[in-house]
Amino acid sequence: MTAMQIFFLIVGLIILGSALMVVTTGNLIHAALWLIVTLFGVAVLYAILNASFLAVVQVVVYIGAIAILFIFAVMLTHKEMRDRGPQLNNGWWLNAVIALLTFGGLFWMLRSWNGFLKSAADLPASYDGVAQLGRALISPDAFVLPFEVASVLLLAALVGAVYIAFNRK
Amino acid sequence: MNFWFDPVNFIAHWLTGLLTGWGLAPWLAGAIIQLIGVVVLISLMMVFDIFLVWVERKVVARFQDRLGPNRVGPFGIFQPFADIIKLIIKEDITPDGADRVVYNLAPILSLMSVLLLWAIVPLAPVIFGVDLNVGALYIVAAGSIGTLSIIMAAWASNNKYALIGAFRQVAVLVSFEIPMIATMLIPTILAGSMGMNEIVQGQQNVWYVVLAPLAALIFMIAAIAELGRSPFDLNEAESEIVAGFHIEYTGMKFGLFYAGELLHAFTFGGFWAILFLGGYRFFGLENLGPLVAVVILFAKAMFGYWVIMWVRYTVMRIRIDQMLAFNWKFLTPVAFVLLMLTALMNTLLRGTPVAVYICGMLLTNVLLGWIIVEILRGYSRGEREKIEGAAPAAATAHR
Repeated sequence: MTAMQIFFLIVGLIILGSALMVVTTGNLIHAALWLIVTLFGVAVLYAILNASFLAVVQVVVYIGAIAILFIFAVMLTHKEMRDRGPQLNNGWWLNAVIALLTFGGLFWMLRSWNGFLKSAADLPASYDGVAQLGRALISPDAFVLPFEVASVLLLAALVGAVYIAFNRK
Repeated sequence: MNFWFDPVNFIAHWLTGLLTGWGLAPWLAGAIIQLIGVVVLISLMMVFDIFLVWVERKVVARFQDRLGPNRVGPFGIFQPFADIIKLIIKEDITPDGADRVVYNLAPILSLMSVLLLWAIVPLAPVIFGVDLNVGALYIVAAGSIGTLSIIMAAWASNNKYALIGAFRQVAVLVSFEIPMIATMLIPTILAGSMGMNEIVQGQQNVWYVVLAPLAALIFMIAAIAELGRSPFDLNEAESEIVAGFHIEYTGMKFGLFYAGELLHAFTFGGFWAILFLGGYRFFGLENLGPLVAVVILFAKAMFGYWVIMWVRYTVMRIRIDQMLAFNWKFLTPVAFVLLMLTALMNTLLRGTPVAVYICGMLLTNVLLGWIIVEILRGYSRGEREKIEGAAPAAATAHR
């Protein structure tokens, strides 16, 4: 095993462990903080894959915006930030079966794949993923249409939020 | 390679040779040297941080017509060490009902978010932590960890004043991030890269403060707001919420917040210098050697830090609604218009002689600034008339 693979396994364990803590901890704020650990672990995975832009955007969007929003929402809605009810509902066995089936299916599909122990080829030193991503986002024969549609959608959401919050006199 | 010309890389090469000579694998030797580099850089910044306490106190004293610390050592320069001893031997109080782990983690994250920024600072052409090609975004990402630490500190202290302070501070941080990102994109457009090294390289002919003076101004305003310093220091208000989010912290834990704030101010001064004032460039003086370049960058960062202090200690603080209105209704639209205009002019003027390019960019900024001032004048005239009512005829004659 190379150092990178050991590092990957450690990060994977941290992601899985913190994701488990998100759903098992009783304190809502702690759940949000564990979620941040999970999201940060995903950012580290991106960094391992040489996707520096995605790694940084993951931190900016998910930790800087979404997780902060979660924490604000929890603080503003709950007076007592501790959930004392039962942590499982009646449908838990059905969900467990579906999760096991999904895992089993993935395992069965990937059983014959022999790429697990391969390490990624080194990128050339001149490789600039950010520039390529930028060109792909604005080039007409790549993703300019989805990119613009997504921008318009976000703008519509922004206008909608302003409309709801607007105080008519 | 000459030791006196470039000591940092000389020592790194020598250590690599030594470690591989001992039979270590090259990647392991590289990792150890990286680790040593990180520890040395962070230690130097922390020691420098101690010095910043003295600088801050001396400068504020001058602004307020006092002497400042002047008893311990020459010019009171050893005062911070006395302060550190005081902070360390103070009682470490954890309030009742505090969330212990989160409470202790928050000050560490706060200082960490600042130290992380130094990874991408190009101290000299050959001395930098990492040349990240998404440097500008990395600054924002590290800042979001700082935001997180504020919320964690406030929530874990189990104190409602801390929570109110954090809500205010986070509202400021989240909203002033937007003009800051928009103005950081302007050097990105001019240099054609988000990497700090390439932005500094791009300022070979002319500093970006000449090409984009408005962007430099807006970045400075947004940086002061991000730092939570006066006139945007709403997290701290003695008469309402006392010390804001770090109200419950004592001893060295408070010291970490304080040190983080000072180093953050200096760091943003440094990024202002890198993005707009040419980084380590000073009319060819940086070619004398990497150490000279480091000194130049630190001098420029000190200048940025001094501007931040100058604003802090002379401008009155404003209310939160004024501050948010200032950001959303003024700074953000201006930053976006400036961004679009800079992108447009940069494309139009590409290929023209350097003098034409510089004059065109400067003229665009001056014109936009003039239009903004005219709009503001019209707006404030309207507001005044709304409050005072129609001015009497005698008063209008005087105008």
